[in-house]
Amino acid sequence: MAITTERPPLELTTGEDVQETNPMGVFARPTQNTGWRSWLFTVDHKKIGIMYGAASFLFLLVGGGEALLIRLQLSVPGNKLLSADLYNQVFTMHGVTMVFLVVMPMAAAFANYLLPLQIGARDVSFPRMNALSLWVWLLGALFFNSSWLLGGGANGGWFNYAPNSGVVFSPSHGIDFYAVGLLIMGIASTVSAVNLTVTILNMRAPGMTLMKMPVFTWMTFVVQVLLVFALPVITVALVLLMFDRLFGASFFDASKGGDPFLWEHLFWIFGHPEVYIMILPSFGIVSEVIPVFSRKPIFGYPFMVGSGIAIGFMGWGVWAHHMFASGMGPISVLAFSLSTMFIAVPTGVKILNWLATMYGGRLKFTVAMLFSVGVVGMFTIGGLSGVSHAFAPADTQQTDTYYIVAHFHYVLFGGALLGLFAGMYFWWPKAFGHMLSESIGKWHFWLMLVGFNLTFGPMHILGLQGMMRRTYTYTEGQGFNVWNLVATIGSFVIALSLLVFMYNVASSYRKHKKNPVNPGPDPWDARSLEWMIPSPTPEHNFDEIPVVEELDEFWHRKYGHDEEGRLVRIAATEDVCQKGDATDVHLPSPSYWPLVLASGMPLVGYGLIFNLWWAVPGALLMVAGIFGWVMEPSTDPDAGHGHDDHGHGDDHDPSAALADGDAVSNDAAKADESEAVTEEAPVG
Amino acid sequence: MAETLDLAHEDVMDVEFPDDIHYSSTGISNEKLGMWVFLASDCLLFGGLISTYLLYRNRPGSIPGLAGSPVKLSSLFDIPFTSMTSFILLMSSLTMVLAVNSIIRGDMPRTRLWLVSTAGLGALFLGGQVYEFTAFVKEGLGFTSNVSSSAFFTLTGFHGVHVAGGVIMLLALAAISARRKVQAEVVEVVGLYWHFVDIVWVLIFTIVYLIP
Repeated sequence: MAITTERPPLELTTGEDVQETNPMGVFARPTQNTGWRSWLFTVDHKKIGIMYGAASFLFLLVGGGEALLIRLQLSVPGNKLLSADLYNQVFTMHGVTMVFLVVMPMAAAFANYLLPLQIGARDVSFPRMNALSLWVWLLGALFFNSSWLLGGGANGGWFNYAPNSGVVFSPSHGIDFYAVGLLIMGIASTVSAVNLTVTILNMRAPGMTLMKMPVFTWMTFVVQVLLVFALPVITVALVLLMFDRLFGASFFDASKGGDPFLWEHLFWIFGHPEVYIMILPSFGIVSEVIPVFSRKPIFGYPFMVGSGIAIGFMGWGVWAHHMFASGMGPISVLAFSLSTMFIAVPTGVKILNWLATMYGGRLKFTVAMLFSVGVVGMFTIGGLSGVSHAFAPADTQQTDTYYIVAHFHYVLFGGALLGLFAGMYFWWPKAFGHMLSESIGKWHFWLMLVGFNLTFGPMHILGLQGMMRRTYTYTEGQGFNVWNLVATIGSFVIALSLLVFMYNVASSYRKHKKNPVNPGPDPWDARSLEWMIPSPTPEHNFDEIPVVEELDEFWHRKYGHDEEGRLVRIAATEDVCQKGDATDVHLPSPSYWPLVLASGMPLVGYGLIFNLWWAVPGALLMVAGIFGWVMEPSTDPDAGHGHDDHGHGDDHDPSAALADGDAVSNDAAKADESEAVTEEAPVG
Repeated sequence: MAETLDLAHEDVMDVEFPDDIHYSSTGISNEKLGMWVFLASDCLLFGGLISTYLLYRNRPGSIPGLAGSPVKLSSLFDIPFTSMTSFILLMSSLTMVLAVNSIIRGDMPRTRLWLVSTAGLGALFLGGQVYEFTAFVKEGLGFTSNVSSSAFFTLTGFHGVHVAGGVIMLLALAAISARRKVQAEVVEVVGLYWHFVDIVWVLIFTIVYLIP
């Protein structure tokens, strides 16, 4: 393979690793492969992905509960269920939870689990940093929610405009928890974005050029780059807010010369790319699911990728359309109106390409496909109402009404969340080794779709009638009664659909326990590399790293074309798939230190808010974590190699040797042309 | 440049460890690429802080009726002193280059010498910053005095924290290299961070101190 043998060696690799085996002198390294320890100290991208998914689903229930409280309060006029103050807290916490604790981490779950599999790698480029991201995020999320018990949640709305965010108007600690909590979670996202960006750039299997990557990988790549550049901006905004509230600065206090506009600009320079950070992973998932169940390659792959990149770039030039009502002047309004209209173009390209992929295909409406088609439909509605905001005169009417609420729920629930559910049904067998029930899944889908439209459809009408968002109640004579009641009923239908989903997960698992049926490596007759390995994914992912020659490599190994261009099978799936039985694979070893380092951060957070002395133990934990981390080699030299601890060197079979880092020195393997597929497990 | 470096080190690799070659799709190691991506992210952090400073620098005194100290930041600047400390920080980039150069040649004692010198120059710069901050506070311009002082201390403070992090990394690297061999690339990656922090200071010095 010319592609692989000519890869240049890395620059400047002088010196050698002298490995210390017991870095702190006290603790032995964790080695458990089962039980809770194997999860707590793991650096395996698959376990980390599953934990991201499980935790974000729990937060979905929390945020969903808050949503039900909002809807109950608004179900009838003049309701007294929530006070105005509590209502402010509930809708703020609902928004922040759904954005930072549900959609982003759930997308991170898919990215973590699937990226290495889709690009043919054994793990991400920095496995311990990956574990760090998970724990920092999770502890930051718990820290943020602990505000409920410590004087009340944040109450300034998720975009938290000044002066409402100042101490004068929000004297509780809620917004302190918002600022510090989001800073902590920002650290997690930055670390993870750097990690995944490097993974995609550097860890691709031989032959997998950028334009042979699956669309999901591409969209995740765009998302990580957006995160890399967007997070520091919100970090600055949050730091300034924290200094205002906790250390007496006056960045956003107009009476002392501060400028509330600065917050709006900084927030939305982050906030608008954030919108695409939330939606693009779902676009990626849909672009994987639709071709498989249409039995056609994705229509216009380069345009699919290009429109994703274009969205990523243009997403930086539209932020002020959130601020049309702020009085920033006609030139700015005009410029941002135009750019907002233009950004609809690449999004439209995606919608049309999905439709063209389905056109003339042999469609199979599995649950994953239903959710994907749901995304196409619902996102189109949300996109159309979104373009209507580009017209500034109309937008100044709609700003802060339920029309806006309807719009962003159509894109974020109808677009992002439905797509994430499509991904769950699609990749569930790959992650857990059994299928989710299709028949219960269809109930889940239809209930969710109907409930979703009942809840958010009427909000268009309410908004155009003038109902303001963030107002805790309305009066009898305003004409909002009927549609509010409908929306509340709809929200409980959504809640019911989530119960159906949880029942599906539980009953499918129980059925599988009673009568295990392995779905095999490739239950959907799919196209990308992750389906080439057994389900559930073995710990080392690939027995040997595949050499990639085409887009949809796995599909092309199964199918070819006859003279008339018809699809013919050229190899049985079992013959193409790997067995998952390789031994002697170097894998990064588990570690305590990511968890130690992460656990210091919320303590520092409490210290900042309540008493700086409390930050000292947190800081000490962080220092200990960093010290242990640096002194510990990423792969334990004492650990056995591979998933079943075979001794290395003598007894491995020749095919497995190809996947073995040690085998590079083996002359026989060197003679083999596929020697170059040898991959070291990642370090870091 | 890359080509000559490649050639230079291929020799070293053949001699030292032919069995342990790490490959990557781009030819750049994960660690180095990761640092580049992180620095790209850090650019926008300083971008946000510099924008904030530019917005607030002239507010006190120019808008009537504002609460807070009317003292102008620029009236307190001691340009010759800050030029001195800036020069010291820039010189630390030179010693950093020398450290990378030494480890490529495999000269560990020199590497350590230059690493410690770089850290020392960085610490000297930090000392200058502490002196400057104290002087400002004595003149009556503290962190909370007015918006421009808050923006100034936030911006230069963030830069100072970056320098302090770099000093710790350099000293840690020197200490580790006394016990075990350190890969040249690790020194180079720390060097990338150090040069970045220096370049950011060039911007801050120009924007904060030199532009009237």
